Amino acid sequence: MRHSTFFWFVLPTATAMILFIALPIISVLLQSVHAPHQAVLVEVETCTPLVGCTVETTMDQEATKALRDAQPLGRFVGLDIFFDRGHLAVNEVKKIINNSNTWNEIFTQLSNLPFYRAMAFTLTFTFVVTPFVIIFGFFIAIGVNAISSYFKGLVIFFSLLPFVVTQLIGALVLFWMIDSRGILGSAVQWIASDPNLSLKASTGVMWLSLIIYGIWHAAPFAFVIFYAGLQTLPQDQIEAAKIDGASRYQQIRYIVIPHLFPLITFVALIQLMDNFRVFEPIVGFNASAHAQSLSWFIFNDLGGETRQLSSAAASSVLTIIGVSILLFPVLLRTWRDFREQT
Amino acid sequence: MALRIDRRPISLKLLIYFLIFSWVIIAAFPFIWTVWGSFKVELDFFSISDWTYALTGERTKAEYGSPFTGKGYEGAWLDNYFWRNAINTFIICFFVVCTSLTIGTLGGYALSRSSYQYTFWLLVIALIFRAMPPITLVAGYMLPFFEWNIWGILPTTIIVLVAINQPFTLWMLHSFFQNIPKELDESAKVDGCTQFEAFRFVIIPAMWPGVITTGLFSFLLAYNDFAVTSMLLAENNRTMVPAIAAFLGTTYTEGNIMFAVAAVVSTTIPLFLLVMFFQKQIVSGLTAGAVKG
Repeated sequence: MRHSTFFWFVLPTATAMILFIALPIISVLLQSVHAPHQAVLVEVETCTPLVGCTVETTMDQEATKALRDAQPLGRFVGLDIFFDRGHLAVNEVKKIINNSNTWNEIFTQLSNLPFYRAMAFTLTFTFVVTPFVIIFGFFIAIGVNAISSYFKGLVIFFSLLPFVVTQLIGALVLFWMIDSRGILGSAVQWIASDPNLSLKASTGVMWLSLIIYGIWHAAPFAFVIFYAGLQTLPQDQIEAAKIDGASRYQQIRYIVIPHLFPLITFVALIQLMDNFRVFEPIVGFNASAHAQSLSWFIFNDLGGETRQLSSAAASSVLTIIGVSILLFPVLLRTWRDFREQT
Repeated sequence: MALRIDRRPISLKLLIYFLIFSWVIIAAFPFIWTVWGSFKVELDFFSISDWTYALTGERTKAEYGSPFTGKGYEGAWLDNYFWRNAINTFIICFFVVCTSLTIGTLGGYALSRSSYQYTFWLLVIALIFRAMPPITLVAGYMLPFFEWNIWGILPTTIIVLVAINQPFTLWMLHSFFQNIPKELDESAKVDGCTQFEAFRFVIIPAMWPGVITTGLFSFLLAYNDFAVTSMLLAENNRTMVPAIAAFLGTTYTEGNIMFAVAAVVSTTIPLFLLVMFFQKQIVSGLTAGAVKG
């Protein structure tokens, strides 16, 4: 295809992506190094006879508005927002490291800072959910592959639901069951014979339920991918292994898993990126008192009465950095594939 | 030919069926439970005294004389104008799917037919864009949209969702177009067609399966979106998912949580039908990316 033809074909989609993905990323970067203008203050001296003179400081509405209109981004503050208490909290971290003696102490104190608390949850969520999703997806795929084809369609239909349904809705549906008045919540209270056990009261229980939600939501994705992979199993190798007397376990261990291995890495990479941006379940579970994530920070900053754009932008940049780190292996893989092809 | 060795022992068979059956219950039960519960009053669905009330609907019977009531739906759809949110959702989904497929097929086709290095780099950039969480981009939209006074309206959100959709659409259509043999449009060009005519008369008739699958995923993205729609739409333009989130804020205090339950069930039904009718396409779309890589 000629360069000029290619250009015209790609133009609409490229324009859309540049305008609404590339430029916003730049806009976020700019916003994150600017803070809102402070109000312009003026001192007004009012003198009344007998009482004397008082100096009052008031906000100059007009000047403030003019300044905000002239520079809507705000004033340049460099990396200050990144280092403030709501984000990386550099000063607080230094203090903690200097004043604490044991690692344990450092960790407990760090977990009081919002950013590090959110990171702790995000990373725990990402690195617990991802392996479980792969394990469950694998077993479901093996199982569905073995059942009578009469049921397969129905099983796949129900399996897809948790994945296809809106994340917020899936989270709510589960949350209403786990809620202390819901059916699962009451069941757990009954089993533990502790009528006060409640999701809302315990950070540990909340984390656990969010993780269970994450696995429930994403296991179907892994299942579908692995199930597709199982349809292309090398039958001759399986035959040969059977003739050599390999047990079922050995067939799975030495033929099926190596065959699925590229798919397992694919699911792992996608899941790491998706779980890192966990956010809807926190809204659905009403969990922000116990668990926060970077994405939730951004959402919270943007949605409040006072839209804190700069703070949201700084969190966004930190999220983008995190995603880039996780994305790096994917890019490496794509590059390798491309080199092999050409 | 079934070898004796292929036959699974009965115990293993039972175990497999048991495990798969449990998985189906785990996957489907929460939805069935919620659909059932959405026709009850709050004291039945969230029963403190006796969980069987949720099944039998004792309180619902006491209040309305029948174990089922449509009060939750009435409250959500009529009293809280959920029908407006539903209309907004369908406007957004329709235009997002149409626009992103139109510009996506053009781009995906060109990427699959050009053999220069830059196609690879374009695809890699699309992959990077795809990995950006939409909520981080939203932080970048806010200020310009406020400045230009285009915040809060449907067209803005449609364009934003189309753009966020593009990387994925491109990747998917790119791989579908690669499966359509190049000889088709080459021979059309030999017969005197321009590239666009070859695309119009030869490729378009052959591309529908791939386009339908990609369209399904565009629809799902637009329909399921929460981060973008909740931030970029004004209150009277809200779609269904952010409307449900807004219900939660008010209903936990007002005690009409059943409105939210009814709204959730109403929003799930189209997805239910979608999976039912397009199961094959969804499965093939999910695997298209994976098996290739």
